[in-house]
Amino acid sequence: MDAQALHDRLAARFAEKVTTFQADALQPWTVVAGDAIAEVAAFCKSEPDLAFDNLMCLSAVDYAAVKDVEPHMELVYHLFSYRHNHMHVLKVMLPRDGAAVPTVENTWGVANWHEREAYDMFGIGFTGHSDLRRILLPDDWVGYPLRKDWVDPDFYNGMHVKPTQQMAERFQAGEKIGVGPFDFTPPNAHVDES
Amino acid sequence: MTEITGVIQNRFSDQSVVFTTVDNVVNWARKSSLWPMTFGLACCAIEMMATGASRYDWDRFGMIPRGTPRQSDLMIVAGTVTLKMATRVKRLYEQMPEPKYVISMGSCANNGGPYWKYGYHVLKGVDEVVPVDVYVPGCPPRPEALLYGVMKLQEKIQEDHVLRRRQPSLGSLAGSSMAIEAAK
Repeated sequence: MDAQALHDRLAARFAEKVTTFQADALQPWTVVAGDAIAEVAAFCKSEPDLAFDNLMCLSAVDYAAVKDVEPHMELVYHLFSYRHNHMHVLKVMLPRDGAAVPTVENTWGVANWHEREAYDMFGIGFTGHSDLRRILLPDDWVGYPLRKDWVDPDFYNGMHVKPTQQMAERFQAGEKIGVGPFDFTPPNAHVDES
Repeated sequence: MTEITGVIQNRFSDQSVVFTTVDNVVNWARKSSLWPMTFGLACCAIEMMATGASRYDWDRFGMIPRGTPRQSDLMIVAGTVTLKMATRVKRLYEQMPEPKYVISMGSCANNGGPYWKYGYHVLKGVDEVVPVDVYVPGCPPRPEALLYGVMKLQEKIQEDHVLRRRQPSLGSLAGSSMAIEAAK
């Protein structure tokens, strides 16, 4: 089934919950209303002619300052069907703050970790998620670093997050702590001297 | 048949006495059996494994990787130290018995490397949390570079002073800032 047919199939079933279709893209995508994503996901998996048995990727994008685009966030669901060897992309448009959508982990178990990652990096909430906590960053981390308005804190648990002036000076003074010419003094030079 | 000779073997005709200093003997023993902790954080660990494998073979230096910090003398910080991992690195370092040494391997461990400017999650140099004896540059360093770093560390160890009061020992950098009373 091609992308247009897949979109039509979803639009026929979910009517106003399925809106924009973008065919002119490397991976054509359909926009789904956030509150309907769980039902759409279950439908995509269970319908025999769709049979999207695999959620390849669930990711989020922060469109905070893109020219001519209203600031918003997007959740992107890449679906694939092993049975029919076709794929489709669903997108959910979200407000940048306080966004929450129903979880799809009941449809695809793999979404559990993907949604935790989206929560970890963007602060997007997933209602009904069984275990919504940070997956990569430490539990006591404050903030969501892949948001475009993220600003590095000065410290995390007493460790510098940004390079300090002192570090920069050591770096610019050519101290051999990372990059730069290698010291080719023979390691046994002190033996020769004696 | 040639006689087996070495530094000491068969150099003396009868039972003999060799004079040296305690520093020499202890340092020689320490530098000749540096047991590193099995500990890899990122791609540098692949080069570290290659250094330990048969082609480069750090067994020649008496280096046997240990599975626990309690039996290790040397920590090779091989890879990107994230802020999350830094707390663990610090704890593992503190669990090692003294004397203990640290080699910072690769640009990431040295100063954050490619994460210098935009790495919100990367420690800008492992010397923020543990004292480093030798920095090995490279991204990642080749096994030769790591072995060179080990030889540099052996050089440093040979210059160390043991059994001498009120002088900071190389392997005790962590405790050197501590008041003597506090250590009791």
